Amino acid sequence: MKLSINGEVHDLDVDPEMPLLWAIRDIVGLTGTKFGCGMAQCGACTVHQDGIAIRSCVTPVSAAEGSEITTIEGVAGKEAEALQAAWTALDVPQCGYCQSGQIMSATALLQENPKPTDADIDAAMSGNLCRCATYQRIRAGIHDAAKAIG
Amino acid sequence: MKISNLGHQVSRFQPSRRQFLVGAAATGVGFKLAFPARKALATEGTDPDPFDAYIQIAPDNTVTILSAHMDMGQGCYHGIATLVAEELEADWGQLVVEGGAGNTKYYGNLAWGGVAQGTGGSSAMFSSFDRYRRAGALARTMLMNAAAESWGVPAVEITAAKGVLSHASGKSATYGEMAEAAAQQPLPAEVTLKSRDQWQVIGSETFRRLDSGMKSTGRQDFTIDVKLPGMLTAVIAHPPLFGAKVKSFDASAAKAVKGVVDVVQVSRGVAVVAENTWAAMKGREALTVDWDESGAEKRGSAELLAEYKAALEKPGLVAANRGDAAAGIAGASKVIEATYEFPYLAHAGLEPLDAVAAMNGDTLEIWGGHQMPDLYQAVTAQIAGVTPDKVKLHVMKTGGGFGRRAVTDADIMVEVVETAKAIGWKAPVKLLWTREDDMKGGRYRPLFVHKVKVGLDAAGNIAGWDHRMIGQAILVGTPFESFAVKDGIDGTSVEGVNDTKYAIPAFRAEVTNAQTGVPVLWWRSVGHTHTAYVMETMIDEVARVGGRDPVELRRDLLKDHPKHLAVLNLVAEKANWGAAMPEGTYRGIVLHESFGTVVGAVADIKLNDPANPAAGFKVTKVTCAVDCGTAINPDQIRAQIEGGVGFGLGSVLHEELTLTNGLVDQANYDSYLPLRIEEMPVVETHIVPSENPPTGVGEPGVPVIGPAVANALAAATGQTVRILPFSKGVGV
Ligand code: FES
Ligand code: FES
Repeated sequence: MKLSINGEVHDLDVDPEMPLLWAIRDIVGLTGTKFGCGMAQCGACTVHQDGIAIRSCVTPVSAAEGSEITTIEGVAGKEAEALQAAWTALDVPQCGYCQSGQIMSATALLQENPKPTDADIDAAMSGNLCRCATYQRIRAGIHDAAKAIG
Repeated sequence: MKISNLGHQVSRFQPSRRQFLVGAAATGVGFKLAFPARKALATEGTDPDPFDAYIQIAPDNTVTILSAHMDMGQGCYHGIATLVAEELEADWGQLVVEGGAGNTKYYGNLAWGGVAQGTGGSSAMFSSFDRYRRAGALARTMLMNAAAESWGVPAVEITAAKGVLSHASGKSATYGEMAEAAAQQPLPAEVTLKSRDQWQVIGSETFRRLDSGMKSTGRQDFTIDVKLPGMLTAVIAHPPLFGAKVKSFDASAAKAVKGVVDVVQVSRGVAVVAENTWAAMKGREALTVDWDESGAEKRGSAELLAEYKAALEKPGLVAANRGDAAAGIAGASKVIEATYEFPYLAHAGLEPLDAVAAMNGDTLEIWGGHQMPDLYQAVTAQIAGVTPDKVKLHVMKTGGGFGRRAVTDADIMVEVVETAKAIGWKAPVKLLWTREDDMKGGRYRPLFVHKVKVGLDAAGNIAGWDHRMIGQAILVGTPFESFAVKDGIDGTSVEGVNDTKYAIPAFRAEVTNAQTGVPVLWWRSVGHTHTAYVMETMIDEVARVGGRDPVELRRDLLKDHPKHLAVLNLVAEKANWGAAMPEGTYRGIVLHESFGTVVGAVADIKLNDPANPAAGFKVTKVTCAVDCGTAINPDQIRAQIEGGVGFGLGSVLHEELTLTNGLVDQANYDSYLPLRIEEMPVVETHIVPSENPPTGVGEPGVPVIGPAVANALAAATGQTVRILPFSKGVGV
């Protein structure tokens, strides 16, 4: 099966039921996308499928065929860059394990809603657990990134 | 060389013997690790050569600092980099921090007398403050001496700044260019550390964490990301009941799953080893294991709670006894009686437990969250049949920890090495626990019940305080027993109660060590997770019953403790305590010391329906004040207080790990519920200026938030929540 990740097409010989997460991590070898729960409860595995944030741990790899998958390694554009700059300036990450997923979800949020309120942020980011509870800085980082984009 | 500046490095645990006994439970064989004498390490020894132990400078001018402590997110790498950079005169951009391991003399935790390397008890900065500043100063002096020698000028004429050595003559060299010559220099006999007014890095707000960029772009590697040629991935089928063992297993269906390579028995279950994670998981689903449950724990939380409550009617071990509490209560004009229940809690770090093991030649290499490296090295060496010096530990940053990576029987390390050994060392093995394995795998914050009786005299003063606790002792039967268990009393069960600073002249505390088959462990802030809650809600209740303002009462009870008073006064001032509150909003205050750090917190809550507290509430803001001694990285102190408050708030609102007939009821984040973003309050942190040695901040933010919210809710309802989590009894 053919899988397009970050603009590159990979030919994979895998169980079509294998979650996209494990195809990305174990077969393609891109490990920026993380495993936290395997059941769409934590958001650590968030990637974009044709620009929409999805949980790769519950998406069979077969369902990703024919679409463009973007992972943290390939995410680009003004929203992602502004978010990553804000994350660094504010020292958002603690352990950092959730942060690939946070950036992927926040990027999707800003692409859709360039000026989110706190309530918008809470609604869009609720599916991304941060066990270190860096939420205050995540909110601040999203606001700063939104401002920087203008 | 004399160590001239170690005056404050008194150990907080006084080891009673020079040997560190590794628990028999680890491998089925009791054995001892000989450690150098504490005395030589902590007070009279010599500094190690900084270039052997702590600092490596590459020709390209990269400075790699080897950390004695593991970074699980709490930022100790940042703190240690700050200490080194200050004295080394390094440029922030040239620094890299990696985990050091395998040499107790260099890396032994000075808060534990230096007898073992480890990260815990919020002690990393305490242990590192002099060690890493001295290493930086020694390395800089050796670089300057090398430059002086090579340029034929006096060393005092050399300037070291931003990673570059220079001389008025126009000569200059990067540290990298002079590194090799510096390493040949003799160790200076004396080095003078900068005075506080000379500091430019310590206490600064300028320098960002070295790993923020990596962690924001997916480039930070964790154990789960380790890739080695030919590496296989394993998952283990563990017994569903604690204490059950493998009777037999049928691997035929598992082996038929495409990608499964091996199915092997290990001491705690059956490992399915496969070419990738998905194949390993599918293989485990197909595996059938017959368990011997004869020795297993079959009680549930309800039975345990009932037994604990009954046991509390009997006296326990006396942890504190001042004055005559019983007489004070007998003669009191009012008695408050309360029973509190705290559930088991899971650490639930976002990266589930994992480790990678590979035998390379005669050396066993292990990648993982090596929070207690000396112990892990000794335990795994024995399984592999090599000497400990033939175990090379790669210390990985971990996706959270909260205590779970410091396990006295080295659980995940034992499992990965047993698995790699069982397949004949034919390939490197990555062992991954799934979220369900992690949640059901034990090592919880122990279930605890407290029963407190407080007598008040007619004026509302505390006439007697009788406090009974019951729960499993974390350290009994572990290598730390000699450090922290005295007369059967585990310090981690009673800390926060027996050492209260409140002036209570008639005070008695007793503890009963419960025995259950459920494995328990330290969970971020350990005993303080429950003791602070009880102490601080009871003090508030004393204020309420006695008609006193909670801040005023605490001021009275702490009048001989200026440090505590200063924190209390600062938090009250910053939160504008006493101001009129808008309708439907309430606040609660807490002051608690843990790990030498004093934290004050005011929690503001807003009722969903001002007329009906039962309709739930939201925590809107938490104002904190903290005295953690010298503030090495003010912004990381704020980050840890914010994170600690969020972590602690999740635990009191929703988290509980329960058992039914011995089986864990929760499996994943759909049933075990850490805080999510919509429940995160605004947290404002104020740091008390201090010139005392640094104490920790990784844990002390956790214990204050629960009682602060409970006190705010009690201000609204007159009722203190005593059965946790809140979701059990209050709408949240
Ligand atoms: S791993 Fe996919 S949501 Fe948690
Ligand atoms: S930074 Fe640790 S889980 Fe988010």
